Amino acid sequence: MPSPVSVPDTSGNVFKPEKINFLVNGQQHSMDLLPWVSLLDALREYIGLTGTKKGCDHGQCGACTVLCDGDRILSCLTLAVMKDGSEITTIEGIAEQGQLHPLQKAFIDHDAFQCGYCTPGQICSAIGMMKEGKARTRTEVKELMSGNLCRCGVNTHIIDAIMDVQNQNGHE
Amino acid sequence: MNNFSYTRAHSLDEAIQTIGNNTKFIAGGTNLLDLMKYNIEKAGLLVDINPIDSLRKIELLPGGGIRIGALVTNAATAYHPLVEERYPLLSKAILAGASAQIRNMATNGGNLLQRTRCYYFYDPDTPCNKREPGSGCSAIGGYNRIMAVLGASLSCIAVFPSDMCVALAALDAVVNVSAPDGDRCLAFADFHRLPGDTPHIDNNLRPGEIITSIDIPEKGFPKNYSYLKIRDRNSYAFALVSVATGFELESGIIREARIALGGVAHMPWRVLEAEDFLKGKPATDMYFSEAADIILRGAAGFEHNNFKIKLARRAIIRNCTMALHPETQLPGAQPSA
Repeated sequence: MPSPVSVPDTSGNVFKPEKINFLVNGQQHSMDLLPWVSLLDALREYIGLTGTKKGCDHGQCGACTVLCDGDRILSCLTLAVMKDGSEITTIEGIAEQGQLHPLQKAFIDHDAFQCGYCTPGQICSAIGMMKEGKARTRTEVKELMSGNLCRCGVNTHIIDAIMDVQNQNGHE
Repeated sequence: MNNFSYTRAHSLDEAIQTIGNNTKFIAGGTNLLDLMKYNIEKAGLLVDINPIDSLRKIELLPGGGIRIGALVTNAATAYHPLVEERYPLLSKAILAGASAQIRNMATNGGNLLQRTRCYYFYDPDTPCNKREPGSGCSAIGGYNRIMAVLGASLSCIAVFPSDMCVALAALDAVVNVSAPDGDRCLAFADFHRLPGDTPHIDNNLRPGEIITSIDIPEKGFPKNYSYLKIRDRNSYAFALVSVATGFELESGIIREARIALGGVAHMPWRVLEAEDFLKGKPATDMYFSEAADIILRGAAGFEHNNFKIKLARRAIIRNCTMALHPETQLPGAQPSA
């Protein structure tokens, strides 16, 4: 973990780290971060959870999607300091007691990744989408998953995997 | 991104007092942080207004309309029962914009304040009057496929990218703002501005003012409405042309019409003359196309975006037809009917 230090700028201003507390995947983390550290960098560089991916770092690809208090958000366009006190769930935190999350299993069953770089974001996004409860049809799922880009061309398999889990849930 | 300091405002008064030179409010941050990463926006101090709970509510107004708070997220607004039921046009337009993740973060106040997506504005190595006043416009004479065909100037041909604001324009919304010297209301048509020779100024907010809420009058056109968004891919792309339409019909005759366009100008584009023209006319293609001609009067392209004029004309007619059959509408403001 990089050690937090105060940073002076050329005009003599000194930027001080802020004390931040998160609950990440059920574990409390307390750290000092400079205000411009993104939630994505906080997760990857300071907490060491590298499952969340940095794709474009500009909100265009969805690879950095995490759940913040249950809502899917882009961690690259979020300042960590603004999420002080929040509960964050990343791809590392969705399996329970050694059992894969149903979406993780469905992604394997449906061959829903090739390089895998977008997968953590896809799965976190799909979990968020299911919680929102607005996607019923395949067309709606495609529309509401459009913030996650896959460049390997397995997008139809990704939608298949999500539909599979949606249908399982619907039959429970 | 430049280094900056950070503070939280816990009340509107505190926010207003904290704002000053080299200071910016941050709410959702989806556009501001993106631009700061490119060093296009800079700030010495970011004032986080998220703790101001009074700005995070949607409520009924005594006159029958609704007030949507500046800090309510785009998603929470689009899925709010009052909005879904009474203002489905607004809901539809919001859901046509950005991605689900961004809509969970972006706020209503911020939606009004987003900057253009002109590629030259985003590229600090090229002249841009909006980014650097007086430096010139690279889009005129450059690659200008996504640029304006209405209301542009010799200084700037950028377009305003919001979908939500196209619906708000059609719905005659009012923007409520606060400042140290008091509060005021701006009609939606007076909020954004055309570029003229000062394209670096996107809107008529005064320095130090903060958007607190947006009021929408009672008339929401829940029976006959449509939002159509034409873009380069099916979803998660900015509009080349978008149209918001609301009708009040009586036995197939138009009693009231609202038509606003996005993606074609520096602000949502609405021509009252076209709406007046449609009053008392049957809701048919023939009249829709005449209205489209009125709306697009004076439209001019800059080479690569010439196609937008014809596209806008067809989109207006198509969307007016779609508004007659809202039950056939597809997710993501795709063409239907």
